[in-house]
Amino acid sequence: MALPKLSLDAPILAQEKMADAVYRMTVHCPGIAAQAQPGSFVQIRLLGGDILLRRPLGIADADAEKGTITFIYRILGKGTSAFSNLCTDDKVNVLGPLGHGFSQNFKKPLIVGGGMGLSPLLFYAKAMGKKADVLMGGKTASEMFWAKLFEPHVSKAYITTDDGSLGTKGFTVSLLPELLEEGSYDAVIVCGPEIMMRKTAELAREAGISCQVSLEKRMACGLGACLSCSIDATDGTRRKVCKDGPVFWAEEVF
Amino acid sequence: MSSERLKTEIAGIPMNTPVLTASGTFGFGEEFADFVDLSLLGGVMVKGTTLKPRRGNDGVRITETPSGMLNCIGLENPGVEVFLRETLPRISRHHMNVIVNISGSTVEEYGVLAEMLDVPGVAAIELNVSCPNVKEGGIVFGTDPKAASDVVRAAKKWTKKPVILKLSPNVTDIVLMAKAVEEAGADAISLINTLMGMEINIHTWKPTLGNITGGLSGPCIKPVALRMVWQVARQVKIPVIGMGGIASWQDAVEFFLAGASAVAVGTANFVHPGVTMDIIRGLEQYLQEKGLANIRELVGKVECG
Repeated sequence: MALPKLSLDAPILAQEKMADAVYRMTVHCPGIAAQAQPGSFVQIRLLGGDILLRRPLGIADADAEKGTITFIYRILGKGTSAFSNLCTDDKVNVLGPLGHGFSQNFKKPLIVGGGMGLSPLLFYAKAMGKKADVLMGGKTASEMFWAKLFEPHVSKAYITTDDGSLGTKGFTVSLLPELLEEGSYDAVIVCGPEIMMRKTAELAREAGISCQVSLEKRMACGLGACLSCSIDATDGTRRKVCKDGPVFWAEEVF
Repeated sequence: MSSERLKTEIAGIPMNTPVLTASGTFGFGEEFADFVDLSLLGGVMVKGTTLKPRRGNDGVRITETPSGMLNCIGLENPGVEVFLRETLPRISRHHMNVIVNISGSTVEEYGVLAEMLDVPGVAAIELNVSCPNVKEGGIVFGTDPKAASDVVRAAKKWTKKPVILKLSPNVTDIVLMAKAVEEAGADAISLINTLMGMEINIHTWKPTLGNITGGLSGPCIKPVALRMVWQVARQVKIPVIGMGGIASWQDAVEFFLAGASAVAVGTANFVHPGVTMDIIRGLEQYLQEKGLANIRELVGKVECG
């Protein structure tokens, strides 16, 4: 029996700029922090102002003892732009935790993340307690503040940037075949742009390694009711990213 | 919390409160069970059901607009057989009035669906003749008084359940539509469905929504909905279930004053999943403060001089 979902007004404890248009926000909502699983998400509602619908955000960290949840997000539109203008002690309403998270039943997973996809993976890395390695990619070195955030929680970190300003130059997945061959991984956990996830899933399948992907879609309710986030599963059925996901086994959706 | 003040009856359906949830915004009710005492609602108008399963529209399905949203889900649903076999038995434990919203692609299909749904556990049928997001049927039946009347007659012929017709606001004369379906035997009218709208991305020069156009809902449509409820309620004898942008008890009071016998909450459920409970509490207190014994004493009491 799943614990009930909660809708809580949560004060903002911290909001800081991590990179151009990228922010980290920590809120106090103990009930949700205690239940949050790596890969699950919440729906944030702005109180007052012009934004009507909630916006889904992945959980970058949850601390059950302190009762806090942390998000790392990029400004993409009106909603996230309004989030970035909030200050300490402002409140947002947090609905969650929502959806299914990543499986933690692995001995040595390889985490693969691109851009903001790294946010929920950070929470996963922490939960796995240094058992995982991470392969992360971004456009340029200034975006790779992630390296420092992951460092305490992973065994090894591999970095790629599109311009070569940090780590290996090229796409994230270009390092993958080699890593999968040498690394004795029992799972690949990926979140990022869809094209990257598809390629990662394909390489994992070729290497005979289990793979979980985390999908992103526009959604209104987050509860499985509005059907905004429907996707086609490979078996021909329809799935809801909010309720059946956002984490799926790669072969379910790709 | 359920009190005598809010108890009412629409088309022979006893309701604990006159607050329902609008089809497509509340799933099958169970999705909101963590936030809502479903038995307190006047009814749950469940997600639009069709004869065959429908996968809905491709591409982007929602976008936020000033004080509202556009959607083009396109009636995604598992079909009436799955609803009857799996969904209905599962949701019956919530002790709520299940009002099944149906869409047909022909007049005959409405009859077939109405007959299939004439089973215990279904409180009423709501005929959706106003979905703006499907190619066949849908809004075609909702903009022509004769076609809408035919749909009502087809449904009434095959079911003993109360039949509610959900009107489209995308017409020139809403009163003409309402009178036609009343004459055809509809037991109640729901209004309004969404207003057809559109958004264009100025960077790509393409429509935001996968279906190009979509249905507009939320607070921005409330004045239009209220006006239509007022126009219709004074011209028909059957009860009107008012909906369109209701997000607070104050909004609901306006609809009752305009002539709605009950209200349904839609888009606001996405924003605040427990909003219906707040509305019920607010209405109860309002009636008490106004010294009114029952919500019916408020219906149609707007004073236009």
